[in-house]
Amino acid sequence: MLSRVAERLYWVARYIERAENTARMVMAFSHLALDMPRSVQLSWRSMVTTTGADEGFEHHYQRDDERNCIKFLLADLDNSSSIMSSLTAARENVRTTRDLVPAEAWESVNELYLFGKTNAESGVGKRGRYAFLSEVIARCQQITGLLAGTMSHDHAYDFIRAGRNLERADMSSRLLDVAGIGLLAKGEDQEAFESLLWINILKSLSGFQMYRQHVRRRVSGALVMQFLLQDRQFPRAVAHALGEVESSLANLPRNELPLRFIAQVKRHVQDADIDSLLKPEDLHQFLDQIQKEMAETHDSIVDNWFRLDRAA
Amino acid sequence: MSIDWKSYDPNGFYDELISSPGYSRAAARTLTSYLRSLSDEEIHERKAAAEHAIVEMGITFTVYTEGGNIDRAWPFDIIPRIIPRKEWLRVEEGLKQRLAALNLFINDLYNDQKILKDKVFPGEVLAQSRNFRDQCVGAEPAHGVWAHICGSDLVRDADGTIYVLEDNLRVPSGVSYMLENRQVTKRVFPELFENYSILPVDEYPSQLFDMLASLSPRPLDYPEVVVLTPGIYNSAYFEHSFLAQRMGAELVEGSDLMVADDDCVYMRTIGGLERVDVIYRRVDDLFLDPEVFNPDSMLGVPGLMRAWRKGNVALANAPGAGVADDKVVYAFVPEIIRYYLDEDPVIPNVPTYRCMNREEREYVLAHLDELVVKPANESGGYGMLIGPHATKRQRTEFAALIRKDPRNYIAQPTLSLSTTPTLCDGHLEPRHVDLRPFILQGVRTDVTAGGLTRVALRKGSLVVNSSQGGGSKDTWIVDTES
Repeated sequence: MLSRVAERLYWVARYIERAENTARMVMAFSHLALDMPRSVQLSWRSMVTTTGADEGFEHHYQRDDERNCIKFLLADLDNSSSIMSSLTAARENVRTTRDLVPAEAWESVNELYLFGKTNAESGVGKRGRYAFLSEVIARCQQITGLLAGTMSHDHAYDFIRAGRNLERADMSSRLLDVAGIGLLAKGEDQEAFESLLWINILKSLSGFQMYRQHVRRRVSGALVMQFLLQDRQFPRAVAHALGEVESSLANLPRNELPLRFIAQVKRHVQDADIDSLLKPEDLHQFLDQIQKEMAETHDSIVDNWFRLDRAA
Repeated sequence: MSIDWKSYDPNGFYDELISSPGYSRAAARTLTSYLRSLSDEEIHERKAAAEHAIVEMGITFTVYTEGGNIDRAWPFDIIPRIIPRKEWLRVEEGLKQRLAALNLFINDLYNDQKILKDKVFPGEVLAQSRNFRDQCVGAEPAHGVWAHICGSDLVRDADGTIYVLEDNLRVPSGVSYMLENRQVTKRVFPELFENYSILPVDEYPSQLFDMLASLSPRPLDYPEVVVLTPGIYNSAYFEHSFLAQRMGAELVEGSDLMVADDDCVYMRTIGGLERVDVIYRRVDDLFLDPEVFNPDSMLGVPGLMRAWRKGNVALANAPGAGVADDKVVYAFVPEIIRYYLDEDPVIPNVPTYRCMNREEREYVLAHLDELVVKPANESGGYGMLIGPHATKRQRTEFAALIRKDPRNYIAQPTLSLSTTPTLCDGHLEPRHVDLRPFILQGVRTDVTAGGLTRVALRKGSLVVNSSQGGGSKDTWIVDTES
C-alpha cells in the first residue's frame, strides 16, 4: 500500500474524530456554562487554550468573549483545528482516496461537509448550537460506523483505526483538561459545582451511563478521572483508545518503533496514580506529558510509514 | 409514435447507419429495425436507464472552470455507431502500419537521423519542433518503440473514405470511456447483443498491462507496473484511476516515487521502498523530471530521466515521443511510411497544406473561408479556425497569426464529417462523429475493436471534444459474415 494513501486515510479518520470531539467539548462547556452558579466565572477562552490554538486566536480576534471563542472553534477556517477546517480536510483526504473507501463513506463525508458549510454559522449562536453540534456528532459517528462496517479490515483500515483512536485519546485527555480549568474557576458554590462539572464531562463523552453501570458509585473527581483515563472497556477512555492504536499498529509491517512509543504512553496512563492528580496543576502537568507522548507516537508513525527517503 | 427512418435525412453527408432515407446499411439493419419496434416511451426509458447507469457507475469527466474543477456525468448517446468488420480489418491494418512507421521515425530522429540525411524530412521542421527533447538523443527504449500507446483520430468524408485526422502520441485519453460505453450499452440494449456478433472491447486493460510488462528492464514474472497521474485535479483522473484498477497496478503521484542513489525508481509504501519497473505515465514530458525539465514541477520525480536513460525503468510513452505528435509532422506521415516501410499508406491522410511552404501558405491565406486551420501543437480542439464558420474578423486575426509563425500552422479542407443517428429531444437526428481507436505497440501491436466514437451534440457542429459540448457513443464492429 502506498505511503501517501495510508497517510491520507489516517488523516481522514483523525479529522472526522477531531470534528466530533471538538463538538463534544464545546457542547460540554456550553452546558456547564448554563448550569453554573452565577457567582462562578467560566472563561470561554480556556477552551481555545485546551485545543492549543491560542496564538491563532490572538491573531484574529481582539476580545475573547463567548461568541468569538465559539466561532473560532466551530466555523473559523483560519483555525486549522476548527470543526469546519477538520471537515474540509477530511473531505479533501477522502476525495483523493476515493478508490479505497466505500462509496457511501465518500458521500457521507461530503454531505457532512456541506451540512457544516450551511449550518456552522447558526451553530455559533446560543440557540442553534445544540442542534448543530449534535448533528455533527451523529454524522461523524455514522461515518465511523460505515467504515467499520463496510470496509475490509485490511492495512488501509488499520491506518484509519489508528488515526481515529489516537485522536480520540488525545481529545479525551484534553477534555479532562477542561475539567481542570473548571476546577480552577473560583466561586462560593464550588463544591456543588464540582459534581456538575464531572457529570458534564462524562456526558460530553457519552460516558455517564457507562460510568453508572461500571463504577456504580456517586460521581467524584477521582473516580471519573480513573474511568476516563484508565478504563479498558469504555471506548472513549484514554487507555482503551491507546490499546486500539496499539492493536492496529501491531497489524502493520515494520512496526517496531511506533509500537515502542505507543506501549510507553499506554503504560504511563495505566500506571498513573489518580490520587496524586487531584490538584488541577498536577493534573494539567500530567495530561501535558501524556499529550506530548501521543504526539511522539504520531511522529514515529509519520516517520516510519509516511516519509520514506532512503532505499530500505 | 415510433422512429420513422424515412424522415431521418443525413442531408448529403455520409451516414454511418443509413445509406439513404428509409434504407439502412447492411450491418445496421438489425439495429434500425429494432429501434423502429420501440415506442417513444420505450426509447425514453432506455435513455433514462443509460443516464442512471452512468451516475451509478460514477463515470465522470472533469471540466476546468474558474471556480475550480467540476466532475460532470459523461455525456453519452445510446444509439451505437456501427462499422462492418470487413472494413475495420483494413483500418486496423492501416493503424498498425502507421504506428510502426512513426516509431521507426521517432527512433531515427533521436539516433541516426537518416531521414534528415536522405532529405525526406526537412531539418528545419525538426529544428523548430516544440516536442523534440534534446535530453532523449541517443536513448534506446525497449524494442525501439517510443510511442507505446497511440490514439489516432479518424474521420469519414462524404464519399465514405476514412482518413486519419491526427495521431495522439503524448498521453492520449478516452479509452476508459470506450470501455464504459460498452458496459452501459450492454445494460441498455442487452437483447441486441444476442442477435449481433459484436466484437468485444474488454481485453484492452489486459493487453495494456501485457504490453507495459513487456517493457520491464528486469526479467520478472511480475514486474512492478504503475500508473503515474498528475492527481485528482487532472481532467483525465477518472481514466487514470480506472485503468490502474483494471490492470491491478498502483496509481501513483510524483511524490510517491523517488530515484535512489542506484538510479533506480522506488515507490514509497508502508512496507518500505519498492522498486518500480514500468511507469505508464499520464504526466506531460515537461513535468516528468524537475531536474531536467520544468524545475517548478511538483508532478514529476527528480532523477526520473536519469533512471530512464540508464535503462533502469521503462516509461510509456517514452519522453520525446511527442515529436511525431505535431500537425506539421502529420503532413509528412505518408512519406514517413514509404521511407521506412516501403509501403503505401493504407489509410490516407487528410490533404494538408503546410504554411511553412510559401506557395501553400499563400493558398491558405487566400482560401481561409474554406479551410480549417490548426496550430501544430494544440489538442482538445483549442486554437483552431474553422473557416466557413468563422467571422471575417476571426479570419483576419488568424491570417496575422499564420504570417507571424507559419511553421506553427497547417490547413486542411473542411471535411464533410460523416453523421450518425443520435437521440435529440426524443427523436433521431444526424450528428457529426469521429472515431478514436487506440493502438498498443510493444513486442506486438494490438488495436482496439473500434474505439471511442465522439459526437458533436450541437446541430451542425463539427467539434466533438467533450470539453466543448461533445458526447460519445458505443462503437460496434459487427461481423456480418458469421
